[in-house]
Amino acid sequence: MYSEKVMDHFTNPRNVGELENASGVGTVGNAKCGDIMRIYLDVDDNQIIRDVKFKTFGCGAAVATSSMATELVKGKTIYEALQVTNKAVMEALDGLPPVKVHCSLLAEEAIHAALWDYATKNNIEIPGLDKPVNDISEHEEEEEY
Amino acid sequence: MKKYIYLDHAATTATRPEVVEAMLPYFTENFGNASSVYELGSRNKEVLNKSRETIAAALGADATEIYFTAGGSESDNWALKATAEAYEKKGRHIITTKIEHHAILHTCEYLEKRGFEVTYLDVDADGRISLDELQAAIRPDTILISVMFANNEIGTIEPIREIGAIAKEHGILFHTDAVQAFAHLKIDVNEMNIDMLSASGHKFNGPKGVGFLYIRKGVKIRSFIHGGAQERKRRAGTENIPGIVGMAKAVELAMANQDETLAHIKETRDYLVDRIMKEIPYTRLNGHKDLRLPGNANFSFQFVEGESLLIMLDMEGICGSSGSACTAGSLDPSHVLMAIGLPHEIAHGSLRLTLGEENTKEEMDFVVEKLKAIVQRLRDMSPLYEDFIKKSQAK
Repeated sequence: MYSEKVMDHFTNPRNVGELENASGVGTVGNAKCGDIMRIYLDVDDNQIIRDVKFKTFGCGAAVATSSMATELVKGKTIYEALQVTNKAVMEALDGLPPVKVHCSLLAEEAIHAALWDYATKNNIEIPGLDKPVNDISEHEEEEEY
Repeated sequence: MKKYIYLDHAATTATRPEVVEAMLPYFTENFGNASSVYELGSRNKEVLNKSRETIAAALGADATEIYFTAGGSESDNWALKATAEAYEKKGRHIITTKIEHHAILHTCEYLEKRGFEVTYLDVDADGRISLDELQAAIRPDTILISVMFANNEIGTIEPIREIGAIAKEHGILFHTDAVQAFAHLKIDVNEMNIDMLSASGHKFNGPKGVGFLYIRKGVKIRSFIHGGAQERKRRAGTENIPGIVGMAKAVELAMANQDETLAHIKETRDYLVDRIMKEIPYTRLNGHKDLRLPGNANFSFQFVEGESLLIMLDMEGICGSSGSACTAGSLDPSHVLMAIGLPHEIAHGSLRLTLGEENTKEEMDFVVEKLKAIVQRLRDMSPLYEDFIKKSQAK
């Protein structure tokens, strides 16, 4: 069902974990459809992503796309990271089964959500970056009010 | 070949060597068509009758009430569609449950599009229907009640005897999908007032592609496959003699030591369930604690997704299944887990392990050790678990 690359990133995911004092954190997806991704970014003064970690609740493809997405943005500037699309993630994984394409979209959205969090905290604007709509923590807060 | 620990007997089972052996002559030297006049063919009529008798005996039925089909789905389709058609003048209302197999649910949807009305009964948290709700759902135009004997995912056994009594009292036909239950539970169609019963050969170490529908004498039911006069003119097509012989052999073997075999499977299953529930925290056992198929275990591991779990188990040579949406290729998790009221994220983390006769406690020990490590690994990767731990630390 999955390519060797997907299986590799699923069984040996890169950059799993959390970052304390992360410069930006983004969480997307929801438990209802069974995929939640959280990305932590550590961005240095030159706006370069020095470190990145992820946590994912989801299927093999969700874990693998998170892992690949973190690899693709690591060492990049925040502007370059914005250009990492779901297509790029999929290609880097040698493809995904059609029913799993949404997992790669989620990875792209998770990166965007983390970048948005960073941009908001630092009062900067990243051209082309929109406010993420898929942030579960927001929904939770809304429910609490 | 890679060594497997096979824990997906509800999906299918290996055909027993004795069954294969019994089947083989009917592919080669005894290949004759049972409808033929010459002896090479006609002697297979006798073989068919013997097979019918063996299967009927396992149900307390008469051999003339057993109709061979190509499997469980055909039997379910036939029972529903042909009954609906035959009893249409009496009424157009059918009662079933929300936790049926798709062979029943999708057939009901098909009938709904053709003007029939279907009531889908709810189940409680254990997966059992309420007899009061069943009584309340019965209308003057109700022609059929179809309730599965035992559920394929969570293993829960339905109150079949009681449903049969209610159906009889109201003069309504009662069909049960016993694909998971036949040969795994004691069934008597007369004591339980079952009018129709579906079963499938490969669920009890018989071959695939063969099953049967029990139809009580006197039930009006139309032919579903039209053609020749096979199966008392009710199911056309040259009989799958090797398959039928194999299925009958599997029934014979299953019935020979049924009590011992089922007790052994149940004991191994209970051992597995006890260890998992004790040793893996934040785990739920789905389905009824006692009223369940002897080989069925179904768990939800919180904060973990089912497909990931299955892939990791597979890498250890352990075969299981999950009600997670990802494994079904849809966005919603299993309709059965939804019907027993599980929240989505808990349903996504379900694992079904279904045991057979050959499974041992040593295998269960191996499974528990691997499962503990895999669940922990996936939890360490899970943002839901991270949030849960942070919340409990904050308290």
